[in-house]
Amino acid sequence: MEILKFENVCLTYQTPQGQTDAIKNLSFSVEEGEFVAIVGPSGCGKTTILSMISGLLAPTSGIIEVDRRAVTKPMSSVGYMLQKDNLFEWRTILKNVLLGPEIQKKISKDDIDYAKNLLSKYGLKDFENSYPRQLSGGMRQRVALIRTLAFHPKLLLLDEPFSALDFQTRLAVCDDVYAIIKEENKTALLVTHDISEAVAVADRIIVLSQRPAMVKSIFTPELDAPSPFKRRSLPEFSKWFDAVWKEVSYDEG
Amino acid sequence: MTKDKRKQKIKLKELPVARQAYLKKIRRDKIKVAVLQAVILVAFLGLWQLLASTGIIDDFITSSPIRIIKMFSQLLSQDIFKHIGITLLECVIGFVVSGLLGFIIAVGLWASDTARRVLEPYIVTLNSLPKIALGPIIIVWMGAGMKAIVTMTVLICVIVTVISVLAGFLACDEGKILLMKSMGASKLQIFFKLVLPNSLPNLISVLKINVGLAWVGTIMGEYLVSSAGLGYLIIYGGQVFKLDLVMTSTVILCVLAALMYLAVALIEKKVASKR
Repeated sequence: MEILKFENVCLTYQTPQGQTDAIKNLSFSVEEGEFVAIVGPSGCGKTTILSMISGLLAPTSGIIEVDRRAVTKPMSSVGYMLQKDNLFEWRTILKNVLLGPEIQKKISKDDIDYAKNLLSKYGLKDFENSYPRQLSGGMRQRVALIRTLAFHPKLLLLDEPFSALDFQTRLAVCDDVYAIIKEENKTALLVTHDISEAVAVADRIIVLSQRPAMVKSIFTPELDAPSPFKRRSLPEFSKWFDAVWKEVSYDEG
Repeated sequence: MTKDKRKQKIKLKELPVARQAYLKKIRRDKIKVAVLQAVILVAFLGLWQLLASTGIIDDFITSSPIRIIKMFSQLLSQDIFKHIGITLLECVIGFVVSGLLGFIIAVGLWASDTARRVLEPYIVTLNSLPKIALGPIIIVWMGAGMKAIVTMTVLICVIVTVISVLAGFLACDEGKILLMKSMGASKLQIFFKLVLPNSLPNLISVLKINVGLAWVGTIMGEYLVSSAGLGYLIIYGGQVFKLDLVMTSTVILCVLAALMYLAVALIEKKVASKR
């Protein structure tokens, strides 16, 4: 089943200096349970795409549907995970995780149980009542993911969620996040400039062109390994990496 | 207190030597600072008294610590508490009113980009205007009494409050706001769940600045128009050349201002421990 559909989406930015075509006739879709990565040259409007899906920005023309419903405003079926963890320093971890249900004014016992369950499942049980400053960068990112899961979204949007971490933590957290998403049977759309990350996690990679962004090519790396880290060590990994890298850099050069 | 100390000593002995040395050094540094602070005060007062007693300076003009103490005990049997009470009341009312008013205006300006852009030049102009220039207008409008003094205090504090509180609100991280928006948060929710708690430390530091400003406003107001209060005593003392009265009132003012600052610092500690 299609969870996300883009059909001939165009976006034109207006600034005092003039107008810019950021996205032109962009069409693609994401199936339920898929892990899709979007890569492209910097400034091609990757984050803009996520803003449109989460209902923060309206397209100039075209159709965007999440779960067969047109996106007009932020919906609880979409969870947005940003580059920084953005945890609130004055809230405990549990309270941070419950932010979504709290905003939607329906914090129920089920929500609390579900949040607590997720925290304990992913090794954060002892930190429920701790404050974010007491956690490491990797743990904080895991909390950020659980906060995104806590209001049961069908689609997860990941905007370079690992880029603020150092390289070693990044690999570990990437494995964590991947495992959690698979375990919870979520559909995910990852935006990244890190091609190796995209090849390591994604079932499908969509390469965007230079602005105005259009779908340039699509790759489906078939790497049979249980985790992104192990996928990186497969011999075919570098083949896929090279293929995607050429597509992206062809444009930049 | 002594019990605490004894407990600490027992614990101290159990600690590794390097740790003991470190803790001792911290305590020594603390004592050193406190002693030096006391020495400066005592030396200043001693020198002042010495110069006055030996006649090197004329204590009719400069007063002296002993004369201040004498004046204070003399005032105690008169109506000094009435004067202290009036000034304190004016200052606290001015402080609270300007704090609330400034906060409300800042919230409004945060909520509306249009209001912020339209009002910015007016706020900047009002901020740089010396509020004392409005003195005559305030007296004519408010009458020559406590109302005029409180108004002066509010005018001095409120603009600074608006500017600094608003700056604190606007300093909120864009990513966090984006996160709230993506969860479908309303502007009201963004304010109460994110912007307000996020700027709490800033609000406290605004309060600290306002304590000082409120005293400036109150005393300035009393200089302009008053029949009682510490500012009145200072002006009156100056006019009849009773420098003892001027100095004594100033010392009382110092103590009151320090106490009010301490109260705010105490609130800060409480807030910080909750975070």
